[in-house]
Amino acid sequence: MAQLFTKDTQAIFWNNNTSAIQRMLDYDFVIGRKTPSVAAIVAPTGDSKFQKFFWGGDEIMVPLYKSTPEAKKAFPNADVLLNFGSFRTAYDVTMEALDLGGFKTIMITAEGIPERLARGMNAKARNLGVTVIGPATVGAIAPGAFKIANIGGTIDNIINSKLHRAGSCGLVTRSGGLFNELSNIIAINADGIAEGVAIGGDRFVGSVFIDNLLRMQDNPEVKYMLLLGEVGGTEEYKVIDAIKEGKITKPIIAWCIGTIAKYYSSGVQFGHAGASANAERETAEAKNKAMAEAGIYVPSSFNDLPNKIAEVYGKLKAEGVITEISEPVINAIPSVRKSKNFICTISDDRGDEATYAGFPISSVATPDTGKGIGDVISLLWFKKQYPKWATQFIETVIKTVADHGPAVSGAHNAKVTARAGKSVVESLVTGLLTIGPRFGGAIDGAAEHFKYADDNNLSPAEFLNHMKKLGIPIPGIGHRIKSLRNPDLRVVGLKKYAAEHFPSTPLLDYALTVEQLTTSKKDNLILNVDGTIGILMVDMWRALGYSEEEINEFISSGTLNAFFIAGRTIGFIGHVLDEKRLAMPMYRHPMDDILYQVDMAEEI
Amino acid sequence: MAQKAIREYDAKTILAKHWDKYFPDFTYAYETIMVQNGAELKSAASHKTWLANKPLVAKPDMLFGKRGKNGLVLFRDNKPGDVSLDKAASWIDEKSSSKQNVYFSFHGDTPEGEPKTDYLTHFIVEPFTPHEQAEEYYISATCVGDDDVLYMSAEGGMEVEENWDKVTEVKFAITETEEEIEAKIRANIPKDVADKDKEGFAKFAIGFFKAYRELNFAYLEINPFVMQGNKIELLDMVAKLDDTAGFMMTEQWGDIEYPTSFGMEEKSPEVMAIEEADSKSGASLKLTVLKPDARIWTMVAGGGASVVYADTIADLAGIEDLANYGEYSGGPTTGETQFYAETLLDLMTRSKDPQGRNKVLIIGGAIANFTDVAKTFTGIILAFEKYADKMKDVGVKIYVRRGGPNYEKGLKDIKEAADRLGLWIDVYGPETHVTDIVRMAVEA
Repeated sequence: MAQLFTKDTQAIFWNNNTSAIQRMLDYDFVIGRKTPSVAAIVAPTGDSKFQKFFWGGDEIMVPLYKSTPEAKKAFPNADVLLNFGSFRTAYDVTMEALDLGGFKTIMITAEGIPERLARGMNAKARNLGVTVIGPATVGAIAPGAFKIANIGGTIDNIINSKLHRAGSCGLVTRSGGLFNELSNIIAINADGIAEGVAIGGDRFVGSVFIDNLLRMQDNPEVKYMLLLGEVGGTEEYKVIDAIKEGKITKPIIAWCIGTIAKYYSSGVQFGHAGASANAERETAEAKNKAMAEAGIYVPSSFNDLPNKIAEVYGKLKAEGVITEISEPVINAIPSVRKSKNFICTISDDRGDEATYAGFPISSVATPDTGKGIGDVISLLWFKKQYPKWATQFIETVIKTVADHGPAVSGAHNAKVTARAGKSVVESLVTGLLTIGPRFGGAIDGAAEHFKYADDNNLSPAEFLNHMKKLGIPIPGIGHRIKSLRNPDLRVVGLKKYAAEHFPSTPLLDYALTVEQLTTSKKDNLILNVDGTIGILMVDMWRALGYSEEEINEFISSGTLNAFFIAGRTIGFIGHVLDEKRLAMPMYRHPMDDILYQVDMAEEI
Repeated sequence: MAQKAIREYDAKTILAKHWDKYFPDFTYAYETIMVQNGAELKSAASHKTWLANKPLVAKPDMLFGKRGKNGLVLFRDNKPGDVSLDKAASWIDEKSSSKQNVYFSFHGDTPEGEPKTDYLTHFIVEPFTPHEQAEEYYISATCVGDDDVLYMSAEGGMEVEENWDKVTEVKFAITETEEEIEAKIRANIPKDVADKDKEGFAKFAIGFFKAYRELNFAYLEINPFVMQGNKIELLDMVAKLDDTAGFMMTEQWGDIEYPTSFGMEEKSPEVMAIEEADSKSGASLKLTVLKPDARIWTMVAGGGASVVYADTIADLAGIEDLANYGEYSGGPTTGETQFYAETLLDLMTRSKDPQGRNKVLIIGGAIANFTDVAKTFTGIILAFEKYADKMKDVGVKIYVRRGGPNYEKGLKDIKEAADRLGLWIDVYGPETHVTDIVRMAVEA
């Protein structure tokens, strides 16, 4: 691959480094990228599901994951890993990503990864054909396409240094700070860069000068290269060899910094860990001399570098190798941006007509639309268009749980409150507040525990044993009076609907084997209506293609209870209106229905 | 610097600590002690009985080699192997009482070049081990390029550089497995290792190379080791550690010290304070004092830029004018920058220029990627406030060049602060070439 990055390149960013990520997204916006360059963030210790960032003046959300495999699974096309782990964790993060596969480039920012680990990591990446940038680097940039983290600095500097659009120089440096400086010098003395890499300051870095220069040789956008080397190491000689072997034919300008090192025999570490000459040929002088002899453009000093760049650029332009670049239009980032305190992802009232998950209300409301309350729930609760069999199942559930007579505690509460002269809403909520682990909660519990048993391949007997150990009766099993011989017709209806319309019902099938075992012990230990609803909801979501994690999250966030709340609200309102209609007086519980046993409080 | 030299005593201590893991077929008595004077040695004899019972060898343990040729190995009083505890103690006191000349290079036995002169402060003392020349072997390992290299020779105790043809060199890629490494070592045991020792040599070399790798040595040399059956003596050792592995080697290495080399300036308290601050910070703070009386001081941001400034000062002003080398980078806090600046200002205002010239402070840097320039400059300004009077006494001209996030504010703030404090200052941004302020300062 001749180009390191394109305008479609997306990265997974390991560590929620918000300022660096914001810089990337600002860059994306300025150059007019369609997709954010950061697809996902790995934040192992965070609890949030996403992080908000500015996208121009607006805001977007970038999803957060606990691990690289989860992020990669969600964004398989994100083939760059930006590893911002510390020197303690960066190695493990890289090795995990290499084992996982699917990454073309891994950038590592940490400085001071143990050398032996860095060597093993770099060798493994090389064998797998993965380009490693770093360790100890600020990154790389393909102007006008993709920029890693902080490289290039602020947006103002990026534009001043013409890093917002491709120029014609391929820039490779060790130092990240001087990378920016050179971009600026190249922008002033030539037309900017086509691709740039700061390879990193540690002694053992993944991709070295020659790797990057060979790629740039093949990249048609690059017309000439600039290499800024350092005292120490012999990497520059590989470049000289490549020129001699004819592998590199484009002009190269090069300079090795650290000419001062010759004055100090040892003991003074100039610059990076990699910058220490162990032999005469590793000194900056020797390398500058050898490069000049190989036909590389070498200035007389760092001060002279700008002149050399202007000279080579002028020559290539005169030869017609480099043509004039038309400056692209750039998007301006508003100077004042305000972060929004609330986020809404389900509906929008900013247009002509309010929408439910993108659908104008009128397009789902009237009968001729063919949409029912199940469709509205699927849009507003799940942001998806569920198929008919699923929306009708939802409606069946809502209808099934709408009421269960006046005696159940929620309805009783609502009635007592209504008789105290309170309003519909006050009476309703007293009823709703009863809903929880004991009232209506069996739907949640049944879904949770049956799914657990099924996920873990527990036999019905093992499941019963498991619940016994937990010390709780199995939610969704058992009825006051109904039995196998005298079945609950609501359950019969639900099961019949599922059998006819669901693609499959694996959890229900499992639950029925459990029911066989429980009813063999006691006749009324049947799968009740709560259990059936909870279990069939899981089957519905499975058939709709949700992952097990997503379904677990529905269960733990109380979504199943929500169906009960929505349905039973209908019944409670009925009871409240009934009380209003009957104008019954304030309720007082009869004293003879209360067992009084009040002992004198002891002094302690 | 990732690779750091350690004392011979510490190298032996690390190997002894893990001896049974790497050398289960051999024994090593680990009779060795490091002392700073004779009294310390004598008092140690109460718990290390071998000091009084065995003839001794004493030599300085200060990271330099060629101790024999420098006449700094005590192994004979009247004849080889007769050094007593008293003799060793008095020899150590004698050698440490005045500065000693040490040559680092020899042609044959003739010293070459200039000697370094300094006090000897650390000595290693061990029993004298009578042995045959044939029992001495050489082994070392290090990393060359991308590979590990194991060097082995049947000739121990020699000048390796002068006898390179007697050394077998085996290269290993980092990816090679334990089995591949073992087979390769066995296949390359030097031919002239005595037949009776070949198996033992192979086992020792395999363990040695494994210890080198697993204990994160950057360089490890035993020259010579003595093999008498399954009994090993480590007569002379040189070692460097990869100190970036320190965080995972605390248990394996124990409490390790990285001494400065002989003849180098002892680290000043200021330099040690900066090192301490550096180790506690996510940012990078580095300082080396080259010539405390020199005229030009640098406070440069960035590892690369700092080198470019040093290069340019050497080119334009000459090396004798450069007082220090250092850099701060990686987004240091205001407090860290202030501490760094105060340390420099304190050092540079201790004396006036002997020739009566102004001193020069170069506050330089490239265009920062993410370091907030105004924030770091706030730290420098706070340091100015504290040292303004001293700076004026000495006569300091300040040249600033910097770019990066918030640089306009940073430059404006530092200019205003210097003007308010009556300090001479010139301030430039990214439109000025990065090292051009050096030219301005030198030409002024």
